[in-house]
Amino acid sequence: MGQRTCLYDWHVAHDARMVDFGGWDMPVQYSTIIEEHTAVRTGCGLFDVSHMGRLSFGGPDTLALIQRIQTNNAATMKDMQARYGLVCNDQGGIRDDVLVYRWPYGFAMVVNASNREKIVGWIKETKGTLNVEMQDQTLTTCMIAVQGPKSAELVRGLTEADPTKLAYYYAAPTRYAGNNCAVSRTGYTGEDGFEFMVGARFGVQLWDELLKRGAKPCGLGARDTLRLEAAMPLYGHELSEDIDPYQAGLGWAVKLDKGDFRGKEALMRRQKDATARRRVGLELEGKRIAREGAKVRSCGQDVGTVTSGTFAPTLHKTIAMAYVEPSMAQPGTQCQVDIRGSEVTAKVVPLPFYKRSK
Amino acid sequence: MIPKNLRYATTHEWASLDGDVCTVGITQFAVEQLTDVVYVELKPVGTKLKPGERFGEIESVKAVSDLYAPVEGELIAVNDAVVKDPGAVSADPYTKGWIVKIKVAAGTKLDALLSPEQYEQQIATQGH
Repeated sequence: MGQRTCLYDWHVAHDARMVDFGGWDMPVQYSTIIEEHTAVRTGCGLFDVSHMGRLSFGGPDTLALIQRIQTNNAATMKDMQARYGLVCNDQGGIRDDVLVYRWPYGFAMVVNASNREKIVGWIKETKGTLNVEMQDQTLTTCMIAVQGPKSAELVRGLTEADPTKLAYYYAAPTRYAGNNCAVSRTGYTGEDGFEFMVGARFGVQLWDELLKRGAKPCGLGARDTLRLEAAMPLYGHELSEDIDPYQAGLGWAVKLDKGDFRGKEALMRRQKDATARRRVGLELEGKRIAREGAKVRSCGQDVGTVTSGTFAPTLHKTIAMAYVEPSMAQPGTQCQVDIRGSEVTAKVVPLPFYKRSK
Repeated sequence: MIPKNLRYATTHEWASLDGDVCTVGITQFAVEQLTDVVYVELKPVGTKLKPGERFGEIESVKAVSDLYAPVEGELIAVNDAVVKDPGAVSADPYTKGWIVKIKVAAGTKLDALLSPEQYEQQIATQGH
């Protein structure tokens, strides 16, 4: 049996199909993936993302530790800002992709569920003698994502600090129903949206209130098709200990000039590596879906591997992300994808597949 | 929930015999497990099939499954409606969402397949 979020009983009571995800029993869908996907693209969807790891940092050396542990520059962050970064191993491979929050009183970091224990261990090891207190708040809090073009009107006035006043990738420590809460204008769907973190015992109350305001509960199935259309990488698929940020197209989140950090030396070398395979988007002919592991070929040669694929409900196209040889990475390049023994024609397309209109 | 007039394969196909023509589809349980069917591909009419042999595949957003012939015979018809709109399988798996028709040898019986009760028992242990 996996770990359970504070919303587990609600999911089961509402006929969600549950799956194991990163060691947690999570809802994959309540209705159908396409219905839930469409709700987020056209209205407002609600996700239980409490399985994500939530770490909080305080103490005089906090900034120094945050700088050492991840690749982006936390020193240039304003209070209340959120920023995407990568935790790299000393070979420059990606240990996790994370969101860093800068509070007036410290920092917080949201990490992937499946990597939480690994990253907590890595932080402890990296910390050395730095004077930082880290708290893992994953089990005592919950995290709910509200995503879609209608989410702003739906969350207006929900917390003491009005979430709709937040700029994209900003956050506010505030209060919900009299209790501590943090809200950020962030998400993983390619739509406008918000993420709320509250104490675990207020999770169901917040969830119910958002439902009452008209949000539709959505599972991890729709979360996957949504992030894929938006070309957001998923750890364990597009990202791994063997892939560096430059290959993944995430070089913008690596600041080599910010001072020393773990993986920096290797990354300075790997940045110049023109031979490494890189992440691209593929659009496939027909409706068969290229799943993880499918080989990409050109003139009979293996030139890459698919990391995720789906039918894109918003675009009505069959899409995939893959790592391919640099010579194959140019948009417009034709290739073949081996789907269970037969080859399907595909072409490289620019990422993201889907971008919302402002 | 599970039609009593049909027989079932452990791989979630249903079969219905009318003279020497066996109509084949997939069960409501299979449809629920797949959800969001996006694609159905079938072998051409005229294909000779043995029991357990693959006659096509059905793909959903989440997963792909092979379709297996429940009986021996010749594929004599495919349901173009479900090839054009795979959603028809999910909408009505036991009637309009039939998938293929297989011509069987005279005297063929469906005794080797599961009864509705046996199939119900199988899916009860698989759960949702």
